[in-house]
Amino acid sequence: MPHTSTTPPAAQHHHNSLTRIGWRRLRRDRIGFAALCIVGAYLLLALAAWSGLVASHWQDEVAHPYAPPTLFAGTAPHHLELDAADIDAADRRATSAAALDSSGATGLSADEDPLAADLAAAQQQSAQYRSTGQARADSLPLGADQRGRDVLQKLLQGSATSLQVGITGALLALAIGTVLGALSGYFGGLLDDLLMWGYSVFTSVPDMLLLLAFAAVSGRGIGTVVLVMAFTSWTGTFRLMRAEFLKHKGREYVRAADAIGAGHGRRMFHHILPNVGHLLLVQFSMLTVALIKYEAILSFLGFGVGVTQVSWGAMLAEAPAELLQGYWWQMLAVTLCMSLLVTAFSLLADSLRDALDPKVK
Amino acid sequence: MNPTPPLLSVRKLRVSFRDEHGHGAEAVKGISFDIPAGKTVALVGESGSGKSVTAMAITRLLPEHGCHIAADSEILFDGRNLLTASRRELRRLRGGDIAMVFQEPMSSLNPVYSVGEQIIETLMLHTRVGRKAAHQRAVALLKEVGLPTPDRKMSSYPHQLSGGQQQRVMIAMAIACEPKLLIADEPTTALDVTIQQQILQLLAGLQKKHGMAVLFISHDLALVGQFADEVVVMHHGNIHEHAPVQQIFEAPQDAYTKALLRCRPHLAQRPARLPVIKDFLGDSCYFEPPQRQRGYQADDRVILEVQGLCVDYHSRHGWFGGHECHRAVDGVSFTLMRGRTLGIVGESGSGKSTLGLALMRLQQASAGRVLFEDEDMLALTPRQLRDYKRRIQIVFQNPYASLNPRFSVAQILTEPMLLHGIGCDAAERLQLAGDWLEHVGLPRKALAKYPHEFSGGQRQRIAIARCLTMHPEILICDESVSALDVSVQAQVLNLLQSLQDELGLSYLFISHDLAVVKHLSDQVLVMQQGRCVELADADTLYAAPQHPYTRQLLDAIPQGWPHCIKPRVA
Repeated sequence: MPHTSTTPPAAQHHHNSLTRIGWRRLRRDRIGFAALCIVGAYLLLALAAWSGLVASHWQDEVAHPYAPPTLFAGTAPHHLELDAADIDAADRRATSAAALDSSGATGLSADEDPLAADLAAAQQQSAQYRSTGQARADSLPLGADQRGRDVLQKLLQGSATSLQVGITGALLALAIGTVLGALSGYFGGLLDDLLMWGYSVFTSVPDMLLLLAFAAVSGRGIGTVVLVMAFTSWTGTFRLMRAEFLKHKGREYVRAADAIGAGHGRRMFHHILPNVGHLLLVQFSMLTVALIKYEAILSFLGFGVGVTQVSWGAMLAEAPAELLQGYWWQMLAVTLCMSLLVTAFSLLADSLRDALDPKVK
Repeated sequence: MNPTPPLLSVRKLRVSFRDEHGHGAEAVKGISFDIPAGKTVALVGESGSGKSVTAMAITRLLPEHGCHIAADSEILFDGRNLLTASRRELRRLRGGDIAMVFQEPMSSLNPVYSVGEQIIETLMLHTRVGRKAAHQRAVALLKEVGLPTPDRKMSSYPHQLSGGQQQRVMIAMAIACEPKLLIADEPTTALDVTIQQQILQLLAGLQKKHGMAVLFISHDLALVGQFADEVVVMHHGNIHEHAPVQQIFEAPQDAYTKALLRCRPHLAQRPARLPVIKDFLGDSCYFEPPQRQRGYQADDRVILEVQGLCVDYHSRHGWFGGHECHRAVDGVSFTLMRGRTLGIVGESGSGKSTLGLALMRLQQASAGRVLFEDEDMLALTPRQLRDYKRRIQIVFQNPYASLNPRFSVAQILTEPMLLHGIGCDAAERLQLAGDWLEHVGLPRKALAKYPHEFSGGQRQRIAIARCLTMHPEILICDESVSALDVSVQAQVLNLLQSLQDELGLSYLFISHDLAVVKHLSDQVLVMQQGRCVELADADTLYAAPQHPYTRQLLDAIPQGWPHCIKPRVA
């Protein structure tokens, strides 16, 4: 609007790109900046876990099964662990019961039993397989799971997996959505029609069904999960980018780029893309959140990461059985950890949108 | 002084805005003025002068957050201080006793309600009338503001009306409750000249008929001269001059007022260089430059010849629907001489901008030939076209939109050189970019800045510099100065003129402003609905227009105070 006189006084600082101004705005937004710090801390931890600096021994069984968190050692439900003495006692009770049984039809004598020799040998050898490792802990900071693995270590390792899946999946989805959306919006015409048809068909299938179908066909593993999620979640970005490119291609600065002789590719990715970059950043943070949750759901349903890996979803999948017995710590730890990250990521997305959008001031 | 107290008096109004760093900046610096009942007071100033802020302060429409009105400011309306009035009182006043008309009629009307609905709403909120009575009154109002078939227009939606009709509806809403004060904030800036004249006449008529007071806000002194009783000239939040309209035009006291009056191109004169504000605010006396003669000469060489150019727009209805064809440019022919300027004039929708785009092949032409030194540009393959593209360049209307906001000035200026292989390495290109920047009057250190750090006029200079980096021979200026303030417009026009003198550029100057076109053009082409209605040497065309449409356009130019057509030397 050329003739309004309400323009705010010009900024005092100089040589500032819009990106730098956005960064400064984000710094001033306390909640946004806190969220950024939290997300940053998660990323660092995940990086450390991924590179093996921390939580590389998450598979070690360091505590008694279901050892409670240290703080709740007194009040938590106790897991009854059967040691050798218990088994011997039970055995003895069983033999005496068998001996008492006058009919004698149930037992086999040592001569008649075909496995007797093997059993005796096994019993003799069992002495040398007795665990000689360090004593298992009675309690851990965040407790232990069914096999006595440290929940804290699992959590760290799980964060690394979940973030890795979420971020790579989001990046891949973003790349697919951006390229297709840019082509569709920029060129329009028949290409746009074709891509829009594809998009419509794709989105008419329920997301979860598509996700499970892909997952069922392609087997387990992190790579599969990432691909599956990227292939199902590019649609939102596609729609957004198509609309943006459609809008921007008619803008004067793009026409000006055409006038100075810039080709299609240059106009699309050198001129327009940086101007819709803030939307991509917001889209990225929202997609990451969504994919972290999707991963949890997939793993919970058993289509997720492999059995030799741990993720938040895989940990949650153990929760139903544990909760029945009253072992709440693993689920609580995962839930809190995940909620914090998801909330921080969402707040960050909000703040980013405010900070980077050149129009909102 | 006045026997009756004024309807509205503004006393020591001081408004400051706080930017995102918390730095305060004063937009209005303690101004005082009165609006007598039944009179028209015009508030004139350039962008940033604080005129719109003043209007918003009167209606209390300023944002509460980040905006501060000094405690001792007073705005008395009928004896009540509006600045301390309760929300209830304000709601009753706004739209009732005080009504407003804004610049953009399209965005001021709600697109999902019919116009009748919107007028009826205003009526029922402020007067105790039934729906039926309100409907009848709304029809009467639409008739009063001169809409054809008001009965049917009641049920139309804003997008079905033209810009002028929308503004008429806005005015109908504003006068619906017989306001005592009508605030019109640049009500005609978004409209074509002929429509502008009609709307002004309508406002003047209504003002007399209803005895309203009008606060008319505009950047254009010439417009105000036809209409206002008193003029308040604002600059940087201060009042520079407040006087009856006759005195403003005949004997302006303030240097800034004089400058404003003079820096706008005039139909009767064509100085070699337009005066700018600085000429008047400095100590030195301003000397009238010599007049410049215009017109094609016999020994001019042709650089561009356009023959029967047609451009069609196709719109599609649904996936399987048919195509609809709209001819935006219809058989336009002209020749442009080397080193000369051809002005293209027309109202919105006349196809003048489409013509410019088609010449650049930014828009596909459907018929005709564009001979650039005997080579048909429209027949070139994209590869051959690349070289020609360098030689014909365009400066767009909106300098806020035509520069990529994510690029620094250095990137903006070096990119065309990179694409066309000018300069052998990055360092040399940067050096050249700096040279061109200095050429258009900006400091070399501006290279590191980004477009948003510049004002509109500076951005337009950058856009011009971007074209110049490619050493073009033809420059198409598509409304290039229309979005600028008059003082900045004069500077950019002077720049264009000196570049033409120095580099021998040929201009196609597209504009809706006939005075600006006259100032710069040797020959003028008048377009109406895609057709060329008149093509003649500038002086001939303005002195003796042949086509009725040209005459209509010329009549609609705001003349200012009638005696001011020949301003005396200051």
